[in-house]
Amino acid sequence: MKDLVDITAGRLSPGVLAENFGDAHPPLTPAQALVEADRCLFCYDAPCITACPTGIDIPSFIRKIGTGNLKGSATDILSANIMGGMCARVCPTEILCEQACVRNTYEDKAVQIGALQRRATDWLFDQGVQIFTRAPLTGKRVAVVGGGPAGLSAAHKLATLGHDVTVYEGRAKLGGLNEYGIAAYKTPHDFAQQEIDYILAIGGITVVTDWMLGRDGSLDDLAKGFDAVFLGLGLTGVNALNAPGEELPGVENAVDFIAKLRQTADLTGLPIGRRVVVIGGGNTAIDAATQAKRLGAEDVTLVYRRGVETMTATPVEQDWAQTNGVKIKHWAKPVKVEAVNGAASGITFEYTTLKGGAVTGTGETFTLAADQIFKAIGQTYAAPEFSGLALEKGRIQVDAERRTSLPKVWAGGDCVAGGQDLTVASVEDGKQAALSIHATLTA
Amino acid sequence: MADLRTNFAGIKSPNPFWLASAPPTDKAYNVIRAFQAGWGGVVWKTLGEDPPVVNVTSRYGAWHDGNRRVMGFNNIELITDRPLAINLREIKEVKRDWPDRALVVSLMVPCSEDSWKNILPLVEETGADGIELNFGCPHGMSERGMGAAVGQVPEYVEMVTRWCKQYTRMPVIVKLTPNISNILGPARAAKAGGADAVSLINTINSIMSVNLDKMAPEPVVDGKGTHGGYCGPAVKPIALNMVAEIARTLDTRGMPISGIGGITTWRDAAEFMALGSGSVQVCTAAMVYGFKIVEDMIDGLSNWMDSQGYATLDDFVGKAVPNVTDWQYLNINHDLKARINQDLCISCGRCHIVCEDTSHQAITKEKDGKRYFDVVDADCVGCNLCMIACPVPECITMEAVDTDRPYANWTTHPNNPMAKVAAE
Ligand SMILES: Cc1cc2nc3c(=O)[nH]c(=O)nc-3n(C[C@H](O)[C@H](O)[C@H](O)COP(=O)(O)OP(=O)(O)OC[C@H]3O[C@@H](n4cnc5c(N)ncnc54)[C@H](O)[C@@H]3O)c2cc1C
Ligand SMILES: Cc1cc2nc3c(=O)[nH]c(=O)nc-3n(C[C@H](O)[C@H](O)[C@H](O)COP(=O)(O)O)c2cc1C
Ligand code: SF4
Ligand code: SF4
Ligand code: SF4
Repeated sequence: MKDLVDITAGRLSPGVLAENFGDAHPPLTPAQALVEADRCLFCYDAPCITACPTGIDIPSFIRKIGTGNLKGSATDILSANIMGGMCARVCPTEILCEQACVRNTYEDKAVQIGALQRRATDWLFDQGVQIFTRAPLTGKRVAVVGGGPAGLSAAHKLATLGHDVTVYEGRAKLGGLNEYGIAAYKTPHDFAQQEIDYILAIGGITVVTDWMLGRDGSLDDLAKGFDAVFLGLGLTGVNALNAPGEELPGVENAVDFIAKLRQTADLTGLPIGRRVVVIGGGNTAIDAATQAKRLGAEDVTLVYRRGVETMTATPVEQDWAQTNGVKIKHWAKPVKVEAVNGAASGITFEYTTLKGGAVTGTGETFTLAADQIFKAIGQTYAAPEFSGLALEKGRIQVDAERRTSLPKVWAGGDCVAGGQDLTVASVEDGKQAALSIHATLTA
Repeated sequence: MADLRTNFAGIKSPNPFWLASAPPTDKAYNVIRAFQAGWGGVVWKTLGEDPPVVNVTSRYGAWHDGNRRVMGFNNIELITDRPLAINLREIKEVKRDWPDRALVVSLMVPCSEDSWKNILPLVEETGADGIELNFGCPHGMSERGMGAAVGQVPEYVEMVTRWCKQYTRMPVIVKLTPNISNILGPARAAKAGGADAVSLINTINSIMSVNLDKMAPEPVVDGKGTHGGYCGPAVKPIALNMVAEIARTLDTRGMPISGIGGITTWRDAAEFMALGSGSVQVCTAAMVYGFKIVEDMIDGLSNWMDSQGYATLDDFVGKAVPNVTDWQYLNINHDLKARINQDLCISCGRCHIVCEDTSHQAITKEKDGKRYFDVVDADCVGCNLCMIACPVPECITMEAVDTDRPYANWTTHPNNPMAKVAAE
């Protein structure tokens, strides 16, 4: 085992890094898009629409690509899902629309809905055409807390319906995990901010950044000062390993590593370990591992305490990590972070098995040498307690219209119970909440 | 947003997209669904005298492309097989409930003045916006002396049109059959009879395919088949030509035209309109995809008009007509050369072989001993064949080259025995 901890920047040349963090899935060319659009059968009551959390009229937008009506196509997409551009890049379509596509039954190959969605929305953004207009102003004011997908979706829908919106965001930039979480190669070229510019261009949305609910104002104040409040707070906490040594230098939350990576303009300056271990079985673990590898880590191992069938990362994402050279180990849980000279140097795992449905250690252990260890075993709802705001399973409780237990307060996105923890689901929450707020304010 | 409102021979509709007289407009149930979906108007399935006709089974045949898209479609159905009174009652109710949509009633009764004189007041009483005379149906009805049997004889067309103009104040649209060698004959006759407009094309005589097991034409009816009416995307070029002929010929020019034949997308519709159609009608596309396709027709046309700066339909209807001319007036000094984009070329070799075998031997097949396809300008006549055969869109394009020669045409060409002396 190597003694010295090896975390350095510039493992790869600027050219290779640019390639590694460029578009992982380049857009379809116009010709490819036409060929692919032609595969859509224009199904009646299409199963793909039902499978899309935002209910985009998929056969219509695809048909319009085929007829060269790209503006109509993009309009179909964005009127159901204002982040249709981001979703085209980040949705796990293999478990959403594309899983439902009838072409799977017919020829085991879905229509590439996500890629086509990108074709139409990219075209619109390139043209810079505004397709939305605001309804006559209602004079109502709504506060949106959290500028992630849920908050921005709510803000845009409310603004189009004629309400004035103020978005309060704790961080320096809007976007939530679109800006700080999504893997860099899924959304290169600052697409997140380009999309936000488009969203804000509707008008009627005031943005206040570096403003934390709880720190800079209370929910009570907002509820008094506005006609309605929407909470799109996301998940700001991270689960701990509860293993000795996790506070050592070299051990980091995967989401923090990713956020740093997303905010680093020149990746040649971002240090990465030679040997990296990632702990977790979800998309965050996959993204941290893959990006570590693409940043130049030599050995990256992802360790998950259960079997492949319970990993929340989709098979497509697991394949993606493995194609990138990430090694995935199942059935092992961390017991201790090893240290050399006061910094993490490796991590010891205990093999696990299922006993009566519970993950149990077998007593047998092994140690992986590691310069850097990323924890990705789940994010948690960690907002301050708001009196009267009921929680359910540790997140905000909402009804079908995304109303919370407080009369003037709605919520959506990752911070509410029962969601899918996906960008697209958060956009839908924001949209539904906006419609409910609108109905309430104009009743 | 472009204004798609349409005024066709006095018949108003919110957009130019009408459903053609056919099964999609057979009864109130379908028509209401069509209006809900956004269609601007319908031409009700052709009415006839009682007792109604009976249909056989099966009724339709089709030609699919490799992706199972329907490119051509045919049918051996007749006019409505429902009693006249039921149709009239439904037409009245639908028009009452959908006053902003165009509701035109298609008619086909025997070629006698009384038959027409009797049915017209019944239709007028429904409040319908106009009538369309079905002189087109090529099968079944023509054997009874109606449909194409009338449409193919200009004198009959003129006579029946005249009767209709005499016995009703509703606008009269004459629907023309393409089963004729020159469309201008019946078009002129319709005009002479006082028609307010023409619509075209109806279906084309066809045998869709032959079932080689049953040794009978499709659709097979108990071991036998018959010729049916052909429609769908495959007939569009034929229809466009007929529309253009009427739109550009001196004595038929200016008559409102409702364009029909293979219209599937907003673009197809725009082409018919550019050639002078004030409204368009659709049958096969609706029958193959359902009514929802009208959404793309509406916003596709409107977005395209916005992009071109056309505010209303009048801004572009007929705009391509002046550019349809006779062959003899085409610029004989205009020259194009094929250009192969080597970055897009997948080296299938088809451009080479089609030019080599069937055209002008203008595409080479190798360079430095390697597979490589390129155009020899000196031999290329600019015919488009390689571009058409190439499987990769945009890979072969045609580039205009300067010939240094001014516009000239066949009428003055030295090789033309009948050449007029150039006025120099
Ligand atoms: C690493 C990672 C990768 C992911 N990859 C994908 C993917 O590929 N595809 C996919 O569909 N989903 C992915 N997800 C999930 C997706 O990003 C989330 O479901 C989505 O962003 C949730 O949106 P949200 O608006 O609810 O929350 P967030 O995006 O988290 O936004 C919440 C916002 O609220 C702000 N905020 C929080 N508390 C306060 C406060 N007290 N006051 C003011 N502002 C506050 C935050 O700063 C943040 O901007 C990924 C998640 C992670 C962590
Ligand atoms: C099944 C079927 C039935 C039709 N019946 C009629 C009819 O009753 N009257 C009529 O005028 N045309 C009839 N047509 C012709 C259509 O109205 C239309 O002119 C033709 O199909 C061309 O248009 P399309 O290519 O959009 O289908 C029929 C066509 C089909 C396919
Ligand atoms: S299920 Fe597939 S084929 Fe059918 S409409 Fe959706 S994308 Fe098209
Ligand atoms: S389309 Fe309807 S009526 Fe026609 S054969 Fe099929 S099920 Fe029967
Ligand atoms: S047909 Fe097109 S793709 Fe094939 S060799 Fe010729 S240029 Fe290349």
